[in-house]
Amino acid sequence: MSATFVPGNLNELLMCFDFARSLPETNALQNGMRKKSGKFIMDAERDGQSEDVCTYVKADLGMMLGGEVGPTGDPLPTPDILLLSYTGCFTFMKWFELIRHKYGCETVMLHVPYQGEGKVAPNMRDYVVKQLKETVIPTLERVSGVKFDIDRLRQYMRESAKAEEDLVAVLQSAKNRPSPIDGYFGAVYYIGPIFTAFRGMPEATQYYHVLRGEIEERVRAGKGPITPDGEMTDEKYRLVVEGPPNWTSFRDFWKMFYDEGAVVVASTYAKVGGVYDFGFRHDPDHPIESLAEYCLGCYTNLNLPSRIDMICRYIDEYQADGLLINSIKSCNSFSAGQLLVLREVEKRTGKPAAFIETDLVDPRYFSAANVKNRLESYFQMIKAKRVATAAAH
Amino acid sequence: MANVPPVIAIVERCQALFDDLDFNAVKQWKAAAPGRKAIGYMPVYVPRELVHAAGMLPVGILGGGDQLEVIQGDAYYQSYICRIPRSTIELGLTGRLDCLDGMLFPSICDVIRNLSGMWQILFPNKFVRYIDVPQNYEDAVGGKFYVSELEILRDELAKLRGAPITDAEIDASIRVYNDNRAAIRDLYAYRAVKPWQAPTAEVYLVLRAGMVLPPEEHTQLVREYIAAADALPRPKRDNARVVLTGGFCEQPPLALIKSIEMSGCYIVDDDFMLVTRWLLDDVPAHGQPLEELSKAFLHRSASTAAKYDAKREDKGQFLLHQVKTRGAEGVVFAAPSFCDPALLERPMLQDVLAKHTVPYTAFKYAENTGQMAPIREQAGTFADSIKLWSAA
Ligand code: SF4
Ligand code: SF4
Repeated sequence: MSATFVPGNLNELLMCFDFARSLPETNALQNGMRKKSGKFIMDAERDGQSEDVCTYVKADLGMMLGGEVGPTGDPLPTPDILLLSYTGCFTFMKWFELIRHKYGCETVMLHVPYQGEGKVAPNMRDYVVKQLKETVIPTLERVSGVKFDIDRLRQYMRESAKAEEDLVAVLQSAKNRPSPIDGYFGAVYYIGPIFTAFRGMPEATQYYHVLRGEIEERVRAGKGPITPDGEMTDEKYRLVVEGPPNWTSFRDFWKMFYDEGAVVVASTYAKVGGVYDFGFRHDPDHPIESLAEYCLGCYTNLNLPSRIDMICRYIDEYQADGLLINSIKSCNSFSAGQLLVLREVEKRTGKPAAFIETDLVDPRYFSAANVKNRLESYFQMIKAKRVATAAAH
Repeated sequence: MANVPPVIAIVERCQALFDDLDFNAVKQWKAAAPGRKAIGYMPVYVPRELVHAAGMLPVGILGGGDQLEVIQGDAYYQSYICRIPRSTIELGLTGRLDCLDGMLFPSICDVIRNLSGMWQILFPNKFVRYIDVPQNYEDAVGGKFYVSELEILRDELAKLRGAPITDAEIDASIRVYNDNRAAIRDLYAYRAVKPWQAPTAEVYLVLRAGMVLPPEEHTQLVREYIAAADALPRPKRDNARVVLTGGFCEQPPLALIKSIEMSGCYIVDDDFMLVTRWLLDDVPAHGQPLEELSKAFLHRSASTAAKYDAKREDKGQFLLHQVKTRGAEGVVFAAPSFCDPALLERPMLQDVLAKHTVPYTAFKYAENTGQMAPIREQAGTFADSIKLWSAA
């Protein structure tokens, strides 16, 4: 079994060595949704982790302390290898160092340079390719005892590319009015397989094929998104959201949107495991290079100006009413700089933006009343802005 | 004036440099010759040799400390993010960093990383570069990448000055910094032997002076300080000898360092301003400067939370080495609040220390922490327990 992170997830490569794949962030969020993370976090804090650090890490460490019983109640095997894809988040490095320190798991580092200048320079790509060839693949071969077969990798990548094509079509369906999907809360279910252990599997490709068919049908029928309380019929607000969702109160959080007729048409979170909507696809003809490109292009690996460009583009292309930032207390990678993102996006688009603060999996930092208040006044603001714009024309 | 002992005069000069949030020393250096440029850099490490080789002054930017009133900077950061980026933005927005022609943001954590992009937006006319350092330590892999990054930096600095930077120039700068590192190694060795003669509050200020002075002048200053400190006998106290760790980025207020010392601890090693001691020995300076800088980084550099430990056994070895070689009796973990690198690293380091029966204590601070009493009390209790422990 292997463990690796969602951004920079090299699922196709891990499958080449017959590894089962576990993603600690996904375990943490599953535990969050099942209301188990609060205890894990406190256990980890009792074990010496600071209250200040990323709660994903603590939820994971707490789960391991509790005997490594996974979110579903079934035991999780200890990983044979930790593939430290150091992509867009510094905490990843410490996270796997902590697990290695405590449980002695072997770790292999894949250092993905940051797009500090807003682009992938050739030396960055070469560096990642070289690490894959000279460090990562040989280590995976040794630990698994399986020899690397590049044609097997190509085959998985063919599957990935097909699924990616369909995923993009699904996410971009939100450009329609009404949007047939929710591109944040709903998108969590759409990105689930492809951002985790299933990208490259024929089953995943099929899932996306079916999903796309269903969504296209909804577009033809002029239907809105499905929510936990059924179909949303009256689309009043179209939003772009930046930042990961809160998991401990995921349903309540979502309800605050659809109750008001707000649909998220695009989100940056739906790109954490790969930015596909600007054209990138896994390329079976250049498999290793394309793995490198994939890692380098993950959302959290983009610099702040690129993130702002992307959000402004979404607001324009998806005809959104504005931007909502869900700032996560845990997550410096996303959060540090978001207030500037907010200002810049407002300045460039002229659309109102709002800021709320929650956490990923620490229930202590989700204040439903505060969030609801903020959202309500934000919707009021959008309404007022609409009236003002209409009057001006 | 005539009666002020030289060591005090030196420390006063360093204190004045430290207090000057307008960076007048930098302005004066620039004004002394036409066309001079200064480049700021943040913790932990940048290859200052390249900036120096371009004829520019590298300037260490370590936040605003406890004297700067942060007004605008707070509007850019949520409450759960450390202080150093907001006070640095405050310095920038209030024009205090106008004397800098550019800023380098090293790869230390996601906060500084994102700050590099913020700087690009807030100061569009300035040279800004994110400095990535390898987390793979093989010469042919991480080394190759690092050399190519150094090439890019060298080219950009050359563009800024309007002329290429030669290998010979970089070699000359490497020699200058080798001297500086040697002087600082001597300073640290001296303090470890006679911590009552060179209190850390002073050593810290001497090191801080190196953030704004040209390295040649700073080397001289460090040497003078060692001589002057040795010339003035000071009372030796029965203090516990400790290593202070965790302060590699956001700085504790000077009063906090003093408090720890007053509470009965001699700080015999630390991780302040690691840029001055990052490369552990002399970098060879004969013809292949970028490769040598890279090798020194990969194989002979200090350890901090911002750097990946390739093997589990490596974790904590740098700190243990500090403890052993300096004859320390304990470790004080002092980390900035909300500092993911320092705080995530801490439990691992503590575990290593526990296995080697090295006592430790831990607390958090912010650069503007005002209340010293709790820290004094905690450090005092720690010092007492060490003494009891060693007496037993
Ligand atoms: S800091 Fe953010 S990106 Fe990094 S592991 Fe935590 S939640 Fe994920
Ligand atoms: S204090 Fe810590 S979290 Fe803050 S910028 Fe420095 S290294 Fe990053």
